[in-house]
Amino acid sequence: MKKFINKTDDILVESLSGFALAHSDLVNLNLDPNYVSRKQKATDKVAIISGGGSGHEPLHAGYIGYGMLDAACPGHVFTSPTPDQMMTAAEAVHAGKGILFIVKNYAGDVMNFEMAAEMLPFESATVLTSDDCAVINSTYTTGRRGVAGTVIVEKCVGSLAETGADLQACKALGDKVNSRTASMGVALTSCTVPAAGRPTFDIDDTELEMGVGIHGEPGRRREAMREADAIVTDVVNAILDALKPATGSEALLLINGFGATPLMELYIIYNTAARLFSTHGIKITRSLVGNYTTALDMAGASVTLCLLDDDIRQHWDSPVHTAALRWGV
Amino acid sequence: MNSSFIVSAAIAIQNTILLHESELESLDRAIGDGDHYINMKRGAQVIVEMQPELATLSPDAALNKIGMKLLSTIGGASGPLLASFFLAMAKVIKEAGDTSTSTIAGAFTAGVDSIRQRGKADIGEKTMLDVLIPIANQFTTLATQNASAKEISKALTLTAEQGMLSTRDLIATKGRAAGLGERAIGHIDPGAKSCQLMIEAVCNLIK
Repeated sequence: MKKFINKTDDILVESLSGFALAHSDLVNLNLDPNYVSRKQKATDKVAIISGGGSGHEPLHAGYIGYGMLDAACPGHVFTSPTPDQMMTAAEAVHAGKGILFIVKNYAGDVMNFEMAAEMLPFESATVLTSDDCAVINSTYTTGRRGVAGTVIVEKCVGSLAETGADLQACKALGDKVNSRTASMGVALTSCTVPAAGRPTFDIDDTELEMGVGIHGEPGRRREAMREADAIVTDVVNAILDALKPATGSEALLLINGFGATPLMELYIIYNTAARLFSTHGIKITRSLVGNYTTALDMAGASVTLCLLDDDIRQHWDSPVHTAALRWGV
Repeated sequence: MNSSFIVSAAIAIQNTILLHESELESLDRAIGDGDHYINMKRGAQVIVEMQPELATLSPDAALNKIGMKLLSTIGGASGPLLASFFLAMAKVIKEAGDTSTSTIAGAFTAGVDSIRQRGKADIGEKTMLDVLIPIANQFTTLATQNASAKEISKALTLTAEQGMLSTRDLIATKGRAAGLGERAIGHIDPGAKSCQLMIEAVCNLIK
């Protein structure tokens, strides 16, 4: 294992400290319990809190700021945060209109956020994201996994919350975006969890994992490496199968890198995916290409399609000012 | 049951976890994700370190403290599940205001119920509940029959063993092994194994 690490035990705190220092205009870092929150506490709005295991950066702390999250609770690498983190973060960012938790559907995350919500002295609601259409049940989930589509949910719900909308409206939009979003990922190499020191799974130079999860969990099948067009065709077909969009549907296409795939290749994927979706009658009117929900140092990428309506498009386009997404301000 | 018993139980649990490192690790490598032993060890460690504080508390306060500590320490899925157990147990004992055998049986059952609800799982799904649910049922029955503490601990030890072994032939529908389908058959569930070890360790304290 070759990584830029001092001591394995210190990676979380050192990485969070670097993040907070680099983006000191946007965020504050609280340690023990660990959470990151907006520099300027918002007022009179639903507070949006997300969180999950670390190793998926910029998810979630990179999405803290105007138009998106109020706070994020990072757990250890690929391990859920604990309820004390969510409760302290909620105390800090609560702005009079309740707390909305955005949680990726993994058993550990679901249970820890659920316990925090039960012990919280404020009204709260939860949006569970479950956009990964690769598998139904998996190593860490009952039901579909929440992956890169979570970024779209966080962006849209964050936008709505800025308008002063109430908790139920924010939850309803989050659920709607999630239900109109599907993703699937492909791994070319494994990731290496620093504490483990060795690759999470073995994969040959001539193989790929179709439908991989963002922790390196198994997907649909192991298969032979092929050219980009052939791989992307299978991914696009799986997404079309999951969403069954009507001809003429308008959509946002997100190509997400897992951490070790060059942007050059992500654009090759975009090129093919956009062409294939349009031959199926989908109008791609919004796009995002880059590393938005990573899996440490895994080589690979995921494709996410979100079916837009006027509501979702408007909240996607609205101003946002975070470390990882910024436009309109 | 008093707080010094709770402290002794914590030490006995830590000992049995440490003694069974290789067994728990190999079970988890087969059908889990390899972190069960490390989580259990960390959990036991922090509770044992709380000894001086626990000894000064009433039993319900001590169990509540244990639950909250596990909740902020273990993380993942096992943290909330184990924490729910202790928090529910503490609540029943506090409300009853005593630690009679029937109160403990009721508290244990409430603890198991809260794991069942939190994990949205039940008996027969290849999880720790395959050990815990039969024990809760038997504990309740024996308590109503006024069985002695010794009889109860002996019976529960056997039931825990049977429950743990029963997971070998089950398909996992909940927990870490759920993605494996039939591939998990033939392997004992690591969570059921650690539960059985903990029950056995605590029962062995009752002479």
